[in-house]
Amino acid sequence: MSSQVQSIVDKFGNDATRLMDIFIDISKDKGHVGEEDIAEIADQLNISRVDVEQTLSFYHFFSKEPRGKYNIYLNNSLVAEFMGREEVADAFEKATGTQFGSVSEDGLFGLYDTSCIGMNDQEPAAIINGVVFPKITTYRVKELIKAFRAGKTVTEMVNSFGGGQNQSALIKSMVTNNLNRRGAVIFSDHTAGNSFIKLGSMKPKEVIEEVKNSNIRGRGGAGFPTGLKWEFCTRAGNKERYLLCNADEGEPGTFKDRVILTEIPHLLFEGMVIAGYAIGAKEGILYLRLEYEYLQNHLETILDDFRKKGWLGKNVAGIDGFNYDIRIQFGAGAYVCGEETALIESCEGKRGEPRNRPPFPVSVGYLDKPTVVNNVETLCSVVKIIQNGGEWYKSMGTKETSGTKLLSISGDVRYPGVFEIEWGMTIREMLEMAGAIDPKAVQVGGPSGRLIGENEFDRTICYEDLPTGGAMIIIGQNRSILDVIKNFTEFFIEESCGSCAPCRYLTVILRNRLQKIIDGKGVAKDLEDLAHWGKQMKMANRCGLGQTAANPILSGLENFIQDFEAKIEKGKDFDTKFDLDKAIQESSRAVGRFPQA
Amino acid sequence: MSLIKRIFSSKTEENKSGEQKKEYSENEDHKNTNKSNVMNDKIKFTIDGKECKADKGANLVEAAKANGIFIPTLCHLEGVKPAGSCRICNVKINGRFMTACTTEIADGMMIENNTTDIQELRNIIIETLFVSGNHYCPACEKSGNCELQALGYRYKMLVPRFPFEFEEKVVDASTPKIFIDRNRCILCKRCVRSLKTKDGKSIFAINGRGHKAMINIDHELANKMTDEEAQNAMDTCPVGSILKKERGYVDPIGSRKYDKKPIGSEIESVNK
Repeated sequence: MSSQVQSIVDKFGNDATRLMDIFIDISKDKGHVGEEDIAEIADQLNISRVDVEQTLSFYHFFSKEPRGKYNIYLNNSLVAEFMGREEVADAFEKATGTQFGSVSEDGLFGLYDTSCIGMNDQEPAAIINGVVFPKITTYRVKELIKAFRAGKTVTEMVNSFGGGQNQSALIKSMVTNNLNRRGAVIFSDHTAGNSFIKLGSMKPKEVIEEVKNSNIRGRGGAGFPTGLKWEFCTRAGNKERYLLCNADEGEPGTFKDRVILTEIPHLLFEGMVIAGYAIGAKEGILYLRLEYEYLQNHLETILDDFRKKGWLGKNVAGIDGFNYDIRIQFGAGAYVCGEETALIESCEGKRGEPRNRPPFPVSVGYLDKPTVVNNVETLCSVVKIIQNGGEWYKSMGTKETSGTKLLSISGDVRYPGVFEIEWGMTIREMLEMAGAIDPKAVQVGGPSGRLIGENEFDRTICYEDLPTGGAMIIIGQNRSILDVIKNFTEFFIEESCGSCAPCRYLTVILRNRLQKIIDGKGVAKDLEDLAHWGKQMKMANRCGLGQTAANPILSGLENFIQDFEAKIEKGKDFDTKFDLDKAIQESSRAVGRFPQA
Repeated sequence: MSLIKRIFSSKTEENKSGEQKKEYSENEDHKNTNKSNVMNDKIKFTIDGKECKADKGANLVEAAKANGIFIPTLCHLEGVKPAGSCRICNVKINGRFMTACTTEIADGMMIENNTTDIQELRNIIIETLFVSGNHYCPACEKSGNCELQALGYRYKMLVPRFPFEFEEKVVDASTPKIFIDRNRCILCKRCVRSLKTKDGKSIFAINGRGHKAMINIDHELANKMTDEEAQNAMDTCPVGSILKKERGYVDPIGSRKYDKKPIGSEIESVNK
């Protein structure tokens, strides 16, 4: 007799590279993947149990231990804190009778912290059994928990719908889109499939040339020229190639892809077809963060529609011999999987640990085949570039940075949301556009970016000056800069894959030293230490996460040194607040000696 | 497996280096008789200004070693796909920081190895590893044979600059032949990458992520380990995290690998 686990493993072709899907299905079924499930999976895939477990234990949304009937993942991003997360967290603990990081005794509720879920424009937000609950107040907490105790399902507790497609039968979500500014590229009017008319008359090489001519650079943040990436991939010897779309969007403060995926997913899939055609891909994979699982039916329906229209499948868009399809691969809660090689590892059912480069994915990528990994926004832009030409695209933006950029603006601002701007706007203009309230600082590009103050507000958003993936967190005058930096540093500790020694633990050391300063026990030497140790991170680590993990501390020291100095003891170069009795408490207890109180 | 043993036995190590040297001089002899053949094989590069030669595509750590230059490593294991995870072998190649163990040597590379910047970074990594675990060297069976301790000595670490955190680690002694003391583990993944069963299954793997990551052992597979495999596992571990059961402190103090000379000196003595 075949068990449930067996049939799930069968469903994915007994293929170890589909471990993520196997875990997701089992988790949906039973809430967790237990010891006996691990053993069954291992036996059936003929790999060892520790290998199964090493992938399982990497991802935040998988669990080996039983979770609750209702699992509440409450976002702990900075902006959630700004919007009263602590109160809401307390209310959840009180109402459920359990602490964060545990399951209530009756097995009803699991409470968990989670890194940014892409709802910074409507915090505090939580994901409960896959359903997003934004704008949570303490009143709402009580209401939810009372209803769950009475046996209501999560979908029954959705008490309003957000705007736009969030109201559609396929989504029915409370998420609001806050699309505050449409621009000339991503959110301009578009009839689905329009670019295919032109595509049919172009050779793949011509498509690449057009994209190269547009000068578009990757929109994820690193800014590699897209056309060049495609060209490199086609030069790789192997004919079996893949296109991966990075919809992991894990950088705290970014939520633009969420809005694209909700409102104009057809534009993204159209871009994935164009890119697939240009590089001669066998398959396209949308790597989607599990936080956006609520969009699954919506996206699958659009894909089905594409298949019906002949835009996916055999001879796509009427192009002879172009056979291509797209599937969705879910992640399961790991920021580092937004790094392209970690994303590839995750797609292969492994831990999302970044690979050593070279070789680069364009030559050795998914399943060791040549692979292009592009951001959602990049692929959307490509559709308009093909339709209107590279010259048209270049007419927007600055000299070296063409086109438009989506900004996800949140924090101390009147109109949080997504704004499509032309590159070349200053930070000051941006603050005015979104209605910033008494801004003291802006975190440009999320925690891995740069914390800037008033002295940099006249800088221009573009690659030649201030490049960004688009997350803009506005920090008001009344906020503590040190608390901001601590939140970001803890985010990196939580999300480090743990592979590189410095990223795994120097981050912890840095946080502890920062805490010492916050506690008023710091001295001038601690600031020097933070700067010196932080700089090592840039040199020492393999991937972008590790290299940038000290950025909040380093740019904070650079721009807000007065906030640090205000906290430390003046004129002391040694620790005066060291509590010896407390430090030796444990050993004193062990030997029966008690320090005088 | 014999490869691993060779790495861990300093005597054979010296022999091996000697052999390599001999091979090299044979090549030099060939040069005179069959010039074209050899000229194509060797490429030139510099480490801290010193001219070096190696086979094209050779691993930088091993190429440096063949030229009598020590680049410190912890996660590197000859013959196993490099991980580049401990970061101790960071060098500057043409001005950019890269890990030597993951770098294939290319013609004309200019490598900085022994500079103040790089040395400071290495010291910081070593000290980070010391405080992230609970390393009580005097009581550890691997003391004197431990690569982390040896690097600490070589780079004159007196005490880590970082405060100890004394994080609680769980020891797994439930398998018959070995036990894992996670207090001493530096997560180099040598065991994960190199110790497999005959049919290719992993005996060791990582569990969790970030600073909570730890080595897990497959109990079912570990229960079937032979004495030889257990010894091999212990020898693979650069520190005292994997230890063989039912024996202890076999090598007396004074005759352990790094008791008399610092780690790396066996490499540096070759070309002197």
